[in-house]
Amino acid sequence: MSAVATAPGGTSAKKQQKNGRNELSDRLKAENSLGQRLVAPAVAIMLLVTAFPILRALYLSFYNYSLTSPDDREFIGISNYVTALSDGLFWRDIAMTVLYMVVTVAIELVIGFAFALVMHRIVFARGVIRTSILIPYGIITVVSGFAWQFAFTSSNGFVNGWLPFIDDGFNWFGDTTPAVIAIMVSEIWKTTPFMSLLLLAGLAQVSEDMIEAAKVDGAGWWQRLFRVVLPNMQAAIMVAVLFRALDAYRIFDNIFVMTSGAVGTESISFLVYRQTIEQFQLGMGSALSVLLFLSVLLVAFIIVKLFRVDLARARGE
Amino acid sequence: MKQKIGLVAGVTLILAWCLLPVVWIVSLSMKDAAAVTNGSPGFWPGDAFAGFDNYVTVLTEDSYSQFRRAIVNSIGISLIATTLSVILATLAAYAIARLEFKGKKLVLTTALAIAMFPVVSLVSPLFDMWRAIGLYDTWAGLIIPYMSFTLPLAIWTLSAFFREIPWEMEQAAQVDGATSWQAFRRVIVPLAAPGVFTAAILTFFFAWNDFVFGITLTSTETARPIPASLSFFVGADPFNRPASLLSAAAVIATIPIVLIVLLFQRKIVSGLTSGAVKG
Repeated sequence: MSAVATAPGGTSAKKQQKNGRNELSDRLKAENSLGQRLVAPAVAIMLLVTAFPILRALYLSFYNYSLTSPDDREFIGISNYVTALSDGLFWRDIAMTVLYMVVTVAIELVIGFAFALVMHRIVFARGVIRTSILIPYGIITVVSGFAWQFAFTSSNGFVNGWLPFIDDGFNWFGDTTPAVIAIMVSEIWKTTPFMSLLLLAGLAQVSEDMIEAAKVDGAGWWQRLFRVVLPNMQAAIMVAVLFRALDAYRIFDNIFVMTSGAVGTESISFLVYRQTIEQFQLGMGSALSVLLFLSVLLVAFIIVKLFRVDLARARGE
Repeated sequence: MKQKIGLVAGVTLILAWCLLPVVWIVSLSMKDAAAVTNGSPGFWPGDAFAGFDNYVTVLTEDSYSQFRRAIVNSIGISLIATTLSVILATLAAYAIARLEFKGKKLVLTTALAIAMFPVVSLVSPLFDMWRAIGLYDTWAGLIIPYMSFTLPLAIWTLSAFFREIPWEMEQAAQVDGATSWQAFRRVIVPLAAPGVFTAAILTFFFAWNDFVFGITLTSTETARPIPASLSFFVGADPFNRPASLLSAAAVIATIPIVLIVLLFQRKIVSGLTSGAVKG
């Protein structure tokens, strides 16, 4: 891919054009090479930290390579992959990650849409609403994780006291289900504003005339919502879902802060981290990195196919 | 009338959603540290109210010097990454919006792919590479990945923005007798500045927020940024995080975000949505 950044490759054909058009083609050539030179640094930086390392990970994944004994590095073929894929832990973490993704995105979509509807209709306090909705968006995820973890603890939090059906001494982080709920709450709180802003932009594109026409024809509020508004902002919804789903699939910060992966809350990202940084198993960590990368591609592919997302729109093209 | 009541209820709900956890962490940061160690449930500090004691502790005591160092690291790293990223993105976005060149589609596709890249999968190879070339645990070692991951967003935002600029005005100014530098500086720069600024804010947010690189590519306080530093907070009891001190530090880390949001909310909203939905 880096070939884009270097030399204008395919311009030689233009040289054979007739004299009369030389001036024009020279200008086109100059524009072409200027364009490529302007994007080159950005493309180089983007690939330096993504394409190159992932290829390096692919290479390392075929080795038994541990930082505790770096000299014993040896080629072991696909053993790391066989080990990972035949281990129940890998599949468990994948399932957990998919669960985080599906549940949080579904809830965010509903709440985010409700927020967008309110923001679309209000005429007062717009600045205040926008300012406050950007605070969860801008806040450090780790801070959100801590805030919610402390809120859920029985020793210093308030959640147990506020929920009438929960015992005051209940330990949210002692078992998988409540711990996962706590993590999801933090994740949903922080990312719903982003979803609602994308949906708000989509709502603004639905023509008011069409809604009025439906109203005149006697359509009720729900009918207008499901038959007119939602179908007309499908593209915005799909883009929001795609962005958020892939983001949610990478869930790491909240798990790290709130449970450190204990009581079965570990995600696939956390497993990769643990293998590399805590256990120094670079070979296995690299194999898991490659699998994580491939699984993200698969998730993106499924979402695009499933919802027929128009990617050109996502680029603002 | 009924609709108006619904809207007021909706607005109240949104405000509560957004601000409750923020109020909570401020409230927790004002609980007395000793009371918190013993356990002091409830939303408000009540009897355990300690004013700004925890802030003073975090900002002055020796045992929290690593956090103060992290503030310096975070500000430095985020600002440098933002500046460099925005400069490169401006060049690229100008080319994408204004010039015809081969590979334009490919650049946009690459940017899109990188925005969706699973960051953690880079941890193993980067950890290994950075150690080999001496970038591990340095500012540069964090600035480079921050740039790569903020460039896509900055390029989209800026190219969407640049496409809307009436570039003919530059020529019009030249016809009126301005030199090309004057035309650029007096006409184009003021029109482009808001877009560049928006991209800078979004980039800064990313760098300020990052945890994955911050925790994996640093090992000492030389380069460790705030989010990673918070996860290393320990108090008197190593098995029990000092919740109120940590909250005070978290509030300090949130102040820049709140200030930026208060000052520039309109720009941020337009920047966030411009790349995603044409409009």
